[in-house]
Amino acid sequence: MATVSPTPLLKDELDIVIPTIRNLDFLEMWRPFFQPYHLIIVQDGDPSKAIKVPEGFDYELYNRNDINRILGPKASCISFKDSACRCFGYMISKKKYIYTIDDDCFVAKDPSGKDINALEQHIKNLLCPSTPFFFNTLYDPYRDGADFVRGYPFSLREGVPTAVSHGLWLNIPDYDAPTQLVKPLERNKRYVDAIMTIPKGTLFPMCGMNLAFNRELIGPAMYFGLMGDGQPIGRYDDMWAGWCTKVICDHLGLGVKTGLPYIWHSKASNPFVNLKKEYKGIYWQEELIPFFQSVTLTKDCTTVQKCYIEISKQVKAKLGKVDDYFNKLADAMVTWIEAWDELNPSAAKSAELPNGATK
Amino acid sequence: MRTPPCLLSLTLDSAVLNLSNITDLSPLPDHILIELFLRTLRAGKLTERVLKLFIATGKDEVFSLIQALNIQVTVNPVLPTSKCLPIKDDEIDIVIGALNFDLTSFMNVWRPIFSRFHLTIVKDPDLKEELKIPEGFNLDVYKEPDIDRVVGTSTSIIFSGYACRYFGYLVSRKKYIISMDDDCLPAKDNKGFLVDAVAQHITNLTTPATPFFFNTLYDHFTEGADFVRGYPFSLRNGVTCALSCGLWHNLADFDAPTQALKPEERNSLYVDAVLTVPARTLMPISGINIAFNRDLVGPALLPCFRLATEGKFRWETMEDIWSGMCVKVICDHLGLGVKTGLPYVWRNDRGDAIASLRKEWEGVKMMEEAVPFFQSVRLPQEATTAEDCVIEVANAVKEKLGSKDPVFAHTAKAMLDWVKLWKSVGGSSSSPGA
Repeated sequence: MATVSPTPLLKDELDIVIPTIRNLDFLEMWRPFFQPYHLIIVQDGDPSKAIKVPEGFDYELYNRNDINRILGPKASCISFKDSACRCFGYMISKKKYIYTIDDDCFVAKDPSGKDINALEQHIKNLLCPSTPFFFNTLYDPYRDGADFVRGYPFSLREGVPTAVSHGLWLNIPDYDAPTQLVKPLERNKRYVDAIMTIPKGTLFPMCGMNLAFNRELIGPAMYFGLMGDGQPIGRYDDMWAGWCTKVICDHLGLGVKTGLPYIWHSKASNPFVNLKKEYKGIYWQEELIPFFQSVTLTKDCTTVQKCYIEISKQVKAKLGKVDDYFNKLADAMVTWIEAWDELNPSAAKSAELPNGATK
Repeated sequence: MRTPPCLLSLTLDSAVLNLSNITDLSPLPDHILIELFLRTLRAGKLTERVLKLFIATGKDEVFSLIQALNIQVTVNPVLPTSKCLPIKDDEIDIVIGALNFDLTSFMNVWRPIFSRFHLTIVKDPDLKEELKIPEGFNLDVYKEPDIDRVVGTSTSIIFSGYACRYFGYLVSRKKYIISMDDDCLPAKDNKGFLVDAVAQHITNLTTPATPFFFNTLYDHFTEGADFVRGYPFSLRNGVTCALSCGLWHNLADFDAPTQALKPEERNSLYVDAVLTVPARTLMPISGINIAFNRDLVGPALLPCFRLATEGKFRWETMEDIWSGMCVKVICDHLGLGVKTGLPYVWRNDRGDAIASLRKEWEGVKMMEEAVPFFQSVRLPQEATTAEDCVIEVANAVKEKLGSKDPVFAHTAKAMLDWVKLWKSVGGSSSSPGA
């Protein structure tokens, strides 16, 4: 039997970012997998409430007062009363990799009954190349037991660096409110044993429930937008970040993977509440998708920040007329990048990548 | 202790139960009306009459919800999205290119699945021995004399080796064609049951494909899966699927260098998904286990790319890979879908990768030219049928690749010959794309 090299823990290179409003009891179940890592907890809602973190975890916690204190006026770009506030955790982190998970997500079991170490799988996904330029019909070619199929050009077999690893969910699927209303009892029981690269030029709905990314490669693109309190929309935070991220990854020649690992999503949010939050998003996404499909980034957008600022300009120019919200969002996107660069000064220089293939 | 429901909530529940007695909803305030609508929907009580009651209030939010949820007043029963179009058995043809003369065990092992359908068997003209086919099938068999008679001698297309099956595509008159290599057996799924590859291919072809946006839960038409949050509603109807590409257990479709490096590698992973290959994304489409809608894309599957040293093992061919890239480009242009994933077939061990390595390097080299070509080829709007598209691609091949290697120049000519052949022998021309 061939020796499989153990997955590096990366425990000094990865932060786990968790947004929460109630408690972190779910961490008990994750203890065997999460305990070696540093946690960044972003407390949403009432800052005077004390969030109890289980014993034995190494963590830093930020509530709204901390966010306001650290960012000053720039704190306006961080959402309040929405899990979108988690992106503050990405910004404040000093690590190379981020894993983010919701507080209603638990350890799932694979078909053999074994507990799935989701973090380990995400790390494998991030450390392994992606193949966005040509689709491999046997999915992840770098996996044990798989490879590139006949006809796959050899010049494309090295792949590109992976920037994002998007995991999935068993039990309560990540449906929108209308689908939840029509199928309240549907559960995702299917374990699809695959990881695949989402091809270049293809957009997808990125869910923030079980997500990992290389902060050095793509961090500034992971802004989760203006949601929640005082905003006309909710539950589109991760979608927004995903579309921006994918466009930038395509431009810079980075890869986005989806598939394994699964986590067990235990809580179905109230579909009526969700419908109110998503209501505008359901309409707006019809405009947003053609917008993102047609965003063009020029050759001089060589860093994530430059790409992001360029997208914010196009948001203002093209989406401002859909709703004034997008003007505010475009401004917030700029504020976010300014705040990011302030908190991550050396990163602003080192994020310069050789230009990826442009369209 | 649970908080008891408020009075308003109880009232709304009661209203849902008594909908049959309500004749006018307009006095209701907007937010209560919406809440009632949603509860009615959830209770499964949104009948045509009730829907009309809500519409009669004239409230914008109600209309918006109806639009967002795509609720339609329809006289016909609405079929659940998980059911596919009913297909008659006589719309299906199973085309087998016989590279082995003795098809007895192959046909017998597939008998429970194949025996309902018509089969078209085409004998590789290079095969000397007589074909051995067991009794009890509804089939047509074509051999070299038949091919010569139908095709004549003035064509540049050579129907030998794996290309012989394309003759079967040409002469079939069925709407759906399923084709697999004669060294494939039924595979087992992850529960240990034998996979009905034909049924799965038909399901793939008769349920919509979704090439414009990636669904992270893969095929939405499967039981227990749907479109995820963030998937635009306007794209949920999908497009017609024209091609279904299956996978392989045991001997996967690797090229010779890969298999030579890993001689013991066998594929046992069962990935329980079908997914649509996104628009403008290319992939290697293997001919080993494939199905397609002949009416829509028949002429786009073509036996035109022939390596100088093409042999009788898949490692020594690229004809299906070339054909596959043509079909994908054409499907993208015509707004048709291509799916990949299930079903699996079990592929017998056969051949020696290292021996094939000497022959196969040529094809590997040519992919390096072919792939950028297909990634950049653009078809004009006026090309609305598969035949038109093939002609356009052929002309582009001649122009851009013809000078790089004589094989490409020959391929371009063969593609034009194929369209001519299809037009004269292939029956009615294919339907314009969706």
